[in-house]
Amino acid sequence: MPKKEIELPYRVSYLSILDENGQLDKELEPDIPEDLLLKLHRGMLLARRFDERMLTLQRQGKIGTFAPIKGQEASQLGAVALLEPSDWLVPSFREMPSELWRGKKMENILLVYGGYNEGGHIPSDLNDLPVSIPVGTHPLHAAGIAYAMKYRGKKDVAMTFFGDGATSEGDFFEAMNFASVYQVPLIFVCQNNQWAISVPRSKQTRSRTLAQKALAFDMPCIQVDGNDILAVYAAAKEAVERARSGGGPTLMECITYRMSVHTTADDPKRYRTDEEVAEWEKRDPLVRFQKYLKDKGLLSDEKIQAVDEEVKSEVKAAEGRWEEITRKTPDPLDMFEHLYAETPPHLLEQRAELERELAEKRKEADNG
Amino acid sequence: MAKLTMVQAINLALRQEMEKDDRVIVLGEDVGVDGGVFRVTEGLIEQFGPERVLDTPLAESGIAGFSIGMALYGLRPVCEMQFSGFSYLAFHQMESHAARLRGRSLGRFSVPMVLRAPYGAGVRALEHHSESREVYWAHTPGLKMVIPSSPRNARALLVSAIRDPDPVVYYEPKALYRAFREEVPDEEETFPIGKSHMAREGRDVTLVSFGAMMHPTLQAAELLKEKDGIDAEVIDLLTLAPLDDSLFTASARKTGRVVVVHEAPRSFGAGAELVARLVEKSFLSLEAPVRRVTGFDLVIPLFQREMDYLPGVHRIVSAVRETVQY
Ligand SMILES: Cc1ncc(C[n+]2csc(CCOP(=O)(O)OP(=O)(O)O)c2C)c(N)n1
Ligand SMILES: [Mg+2]
Repeated sequence: MPKKEIELPYRVSYLSILDENGQLDKELEPDIPEDLLLKLHRGMLLARRFDERMLTLQRQGKIGTFAPIKGQEASQLGAVALLEPSDWLVPSFREMPSELWRGKKMENILLVYGGYNEGGHIPSDLNDLPVSIPVGTHPLHAAGIAYAMKYRGKKDVAMTFFGDGATSEGDFFEAMNFASVYQVPLIFVCQNNQWAISVPRSKQTRSRTLAQKALAFDMPCIQVDGNDILAVYAAAKEAVERARSGGGPTLMECITYRMSVHTTADDPKRYRTDEEVAEWEKRDPLVRFQKYLKDKGLLSDEKIQAVDEEVKSEVKAAEGRWEEITRKTPDPLDMFEHLYAETPPHLLEQRAELERELAEKRKEADNG
Repeated sequence: MAKLTMVQAINLALRQEMEKDDRVIVLGEDVGVDGGVFRVTEGLIEQFGPERVLDTPLAESGIAGFSIGMALYGLRPVCEMQFSGFSYLAFHQMESHAARLRGRSLGRFSVPMVLRAPYGAGVRALEHHSESREVYWAHTPGLKMVIPSSPRNARALLVSAIRDPDPVVYYEPKALYRAFREEVPDEEETFPIGKSHMAREGRDVTLVSFGAMMHPTLQAAELLKEKDGIDAEVIDLLTLAPLDDSLFTASARKTGRVVVVHEAPRSFGAGAELVARLVEKSFLSLEAPVRRVTGFDLVIPLFQREMDYLPGVHRIVSAVRETVQY
């Protein structure tokens, strides 16, 4: 009865295709159609500009707290680009680029962060769950959705996003275990942006990679340079193809960086240095991808400028629609909608109470 | 004496207890280097070091369960849930173990821990950052449930909670964190857990509340006095479990009329328990139905509607007038 090594089926590999200096590994370069490359660039730029605009609106007091995405455009879009419309996206709260890519409306995002539940609207042809704020808890839903897909004999897949901090939650491990036990078509995409508010990745877990957490469940995993959209795309392609063909779940760890504040209520100066941020500025995924596209002859500075103008006016137009909706000041009594399929009698009574109260307050205001 | 905000007063309680007693450990998400997202634990890691102020992994069940272990061994952990809306992940540990280990071991073990969490609405926050679910804890046998309403009582109650031999859930009304300052004595002050407080004496009607809602309730009392000549007595519960019903049932016997105010949903809320105690202990004195002025039985809406959801002075005043005129 010797003591012997147990061969584990997977190892952790790290994938980088386009490095921070714009050096391309030709052998690994994925074959992405030109129109998709340009669409990805546009998606990254739109997300970047919308994020900047939201920050301004927040500072002006027009919207409330939100979680900026700057720096994570590639590590999201490289993965969601592989999804078909019938696939499901199960996001956390920092997936605005992915949500826009999938068809969520900017005015709805502004509505939610501006404090109106109405922004939660999801078109009936879009299979995306709403933002999920309780960290690390929604990957379980993705596992259940993916099981249901398999049960129904569909070729669809689910993709769920979460942060480095989220990998500490028990629910996250339960999700991986369920996904692996039932071999469901699910891609776990960890946005390792190095920080969970003030807690650095190194204090979150002793594990050398987050990807390796999948190994406990015999699940394939990969760590990629998340600021390299080509690497994210290549890794996601493999994972999505495996899932679609019945090969089960994958955990992808995208190494990226939260270039901005955790949320607009946060002060990163308390826990990280400007030098660290400056280091990561050099690895900006957008700049890197633009260089690649220019080298390929697909973009020029003038074209980038033109796309930039386009996305900025798109943001402006959405902002206009949002202002229009809020000008009509939606009815506070709407808060009684959508709690149950059918509103029970006690809630109808409470709704009537609020209606009376609002009328009284209006009358008092009118009488000065 | 210094005039402190509630954030500073809670910080003072933590600091002084840590200075006095090396069993006291603070742990939670972002409580160390960042000083807590509301800065309640600011300066503690600098003073006491990372062995006593733990920036934990992001895991609420872990934080609670780990604290239970520390407490079983004789430490006095004070753990933080970043928002009460994320404490449900810890609920299982508190309900199944913290609340029961004394009983399960027939008194051999105990769990003298405090679970702190900011709760409540009114700060224009995101989903899960504005709710009031104090009754989940108050309903759990074996847990104590405390909610202060001012800097001074926040400090005194937290000291008592840390020294309490049993697990205490301590909800901090985040709307009051920086809303006003109050004189807080430098020297040690405690306030007994399980005792309510007479906040204002009156003859005509009894108002009972706690936490952030004490303030619109007291404002309503002033307004009623001024406009209607109604003299309201106001009682601050401070502890929900174990509930001290002596003050408010006695007050009800005096005034015959009671209005209960809380921001949590009405059904099965703290008000329901208060009404039951009144019926049990002051039935023959009641001259009007007891009114509950509360949040609605809804998930609290996002911030544009939160003020319509929350009980305000208007809602309280209307209910009191109706109760008095009944
Ligand atoms: C269950 C739970 N606990 C705490 C919080 C408060 N909180 C919001 S984001 C966050 C850090 C999340 O870090 P990470 O998973 O790395 O995602 P990131 O914010 O970096 O995108 C915390 C602690 C929460 N939303 N949910
Ligand atoms: Mg993170």
